[in-house]
Amino acid sequence: MVRRDGLPDRARRGGGAVSGGTYLGMPAFPVAAESATRNERLRANLTHATHTIRDKRARAVAELPDWQRLRAAGAAIKDRTLRHLDTYLERLEAAVTAAGGQVHWAADAEAANRIVTELVLATGEREVVKVKSMATQEIELNAALERAGVRAFETDLAELIVQLGDDLPSHILVPAIHRNRREIRDIFAERMGAWGRPAPEGLSDEPADLAEAARLHLRQKFLDAKVGISGANFMVAETGTMVVVESEGNGRMCLTLPETLISVVGIEKVVPTWRDLEVFLQLLPRSSTAERMNPYTSMWTGTTDGDGPSTFHLVLVDNGRTDTLADEVGRQALRCIRCSACLNVCPVYERAGGHAYGSAYPGPIGAILTPQLRGVDSALDASLPYASSLCGACYEVCPVAIDIPEVLVRLRERVVEGGEVTVRGRRVRIRPARGHAAERAAMRAAAWAFDHPGAMVAGQRLAGRMRRFQPRRLPGPGRAWSATRDVPPLPAESFRAWWRRTRGDDGEGD
Amino acid sequence: MNAREVVLGRVRRALADVPAEETPERVAVERTYLDSHQPADAVALLAENLADYRAVVHRASGAALPGLVAELLAGRGAASVVVPAGLPAGWLAAVPPRVRRVADEEAVTARELDAVDSVVTGCAVAIAETGTLVLDGGPDQGRRRITLVPDHHVCVVRVPEQVVDSVPQGLRRLDPGRPLTWISGPSATSDIELNRVEGVHGPRRLDVVLLGSQS
Repeated sequence: MVRRDGLPDRARRGGGAVSGGTYLGMPAFPVAAESATRNERLRANLTHATHTIRDKRARAVAELPDWQRLRAAGAAIKDRTLRHLDTYLERLEAAVTAAGGQVHWAADAEAANRIVTELVLATGEREVVKVKSMATQEIELNAALERAGVRAFETDLAELIVQLGDDLPSHILVPAIHRNRREIRDIFAERMGAWGRPAPEGLSDEPADLAEAARLHLRQKFLDAKVGISGANFMVAETGTMVVVESEGNGRMCLTLPETLISVVGIEKVVPTWRDLEVFLQLLPRSSTAERMNPYTSMWTGTTDGDGPSTFHLVLVDNGRTDTLADEVGRQALRCIRCSACLNVCPVYERAGGHAYGSAYPGPIGAILTPQLRGVDSALDASLPYASSLCGACYEVCPVAIDIPEVLVRLRERVVEGGEVTVRGRRVRIRPARGHAAERAAMRAAAWAFDHPGAMVAGQRLAGRMRRFQPRRLPGPGRAWSATRDVPPLPAESFRAWWRRTRGDDGEGD
Repeated sequence: MNAREVVLGRVRRALADVPAEETPERVAVERTYLDSHQPADAVALLAENLADYRAVVHRASGAALPGLVAELLAGRGAASVVVPAGLPAGWLAAVPPRVRRVADEEAVTARELDAVDSVVTGCAVAIAETGTLVLDGGPDQGRRRITLVPDHHVCVVRVPEQVVDSVPQGLRRLDPGRPLTWISGPSATSDIELNRVEGVHGPRRLDVVLLGSQS
């Protein structure tokens, strides 16, 4: 029997046999994290995986002596875009339309799902093939399509594992990072038949055999597909060009074989010019898969006669992005290019796993993106800004220099003190830590981090190099004290590091 | 108010702190990064990086090319090959007539392509620093699907003229209005315990021929 790991049963809700899981109704971070950290196999998978990618990334980045300059340019291009987002969205719309595409706008997830569902139903088709897309995970498109009688087939290998296992993604780049080969073999053997071509008899757990089973299973879908659904990594305002980076070729299949292509993309994915791609196509592959370049990148502008889909729809999604944009500190989260480098270096992610973050966006970026996209109303969202030791490793690897610790501190302030925020486009004043429930959840998350010395030590070791991220003012209860005083500077070396260096190994913490 | 106006209105209200006189160009973007990392020999670096990502690299002169292409197809036991409309006729001159030529035409279905063994194309540009081939649907490259569905792709790169050092140089040579496919090694996945497996949905074998005046 296939076992699902990393999440308490009560955290799972709905999601019938074919709809996949949903993030609704998940418990606050500390509850989910506590369950996940007790799962030793999950932790072993995560440790192996995150350390492997982390080391490879460091080597890929070291090949470019101008990395820091690329990183600064990437951040600056994103800031230029965000500060003039209306201008660039209008340019993009004009360019896509001129190239033969149709542009739709969706203020929230429900509207986006409705638009996509109507577009699919209008083709008369009841099946669609999908390229891995964070935006469609975020809006839970597959469940919406299923309610309308449309079956969506995930075609990325990891997404296929997640979908067949009726599971949830736990990593941005490798969504099935929590599964080992044995579990994947069992999922394929048991579930492929219900979705299409069954797995070959006597399937082994060799990765090459598992990939071959996926190739055979999905090939039938690709050849028959009439409708493809994708996201996009970048949209070029100047030319109307869409960019999808991938490895397996499932993206190319979905983007070129169907007659109708629907791309669902967050409004922050726009970049101003064609030339700007020269920065992001160097930053993204090295940060994400730790490659000089990913195997396949597709770029298309509207439609092309006789080559690829004859109909192209672009659905531009807000769903909390403009609320995030309204916060001058928090808006930098919208620079994110979804590389997942921050997950792979995070001591908290390594131990808690991706599911505990309760959204499509796990890890440090999720801890600042999710509460801003959804607000801090729920206990889960209020606890996310505390799912961190503020060690700053995430900032150091971020290819667009998002100062994640700075935004975390900002969000903690919001949870504890309340204040003015923008929710669905309206300025509202939120009350501090509603009924103390959110505060309790938040404090439990902090306590969780402090109760896990392994996580803390790993965090502190990195923190030693990252001391300049220390906030000038303390969040929460400390704020009144620090409002009129400077927080004393942290020494360059932590006490623990000093003790170990001067007194020898104290045998703790490794 | 329609959804477009709602979203654009929210964007404008969210950016109330941006001074009215600030134009996009006034947000500084310093392009101090390198236009090229100055490889000593771009063609050699291209070959090295392609091989590093498990493409199989060959070198040939014009005279040797037909023989090499025939050999590569025979090595895969190819009984059929897709031919882009503008592929130089000589490239397949040594491929025996029993290997069925399939024209790249709109009427050919994906299922028919799935039954074809190989495809031979040129390319638009190749990027040395990343080991990347870019196809732009030109006459010697054809529709995007013909280099996707068959399991074996032979791609001919004219060296040194089609080779650039870097991503910035590559983008300058490309026309964004054309459908572009960037290929860096054969299809691959690392989704299972991060073990790299070559060949999931795209061609599992990628042969790259560097076509130069000397071999």
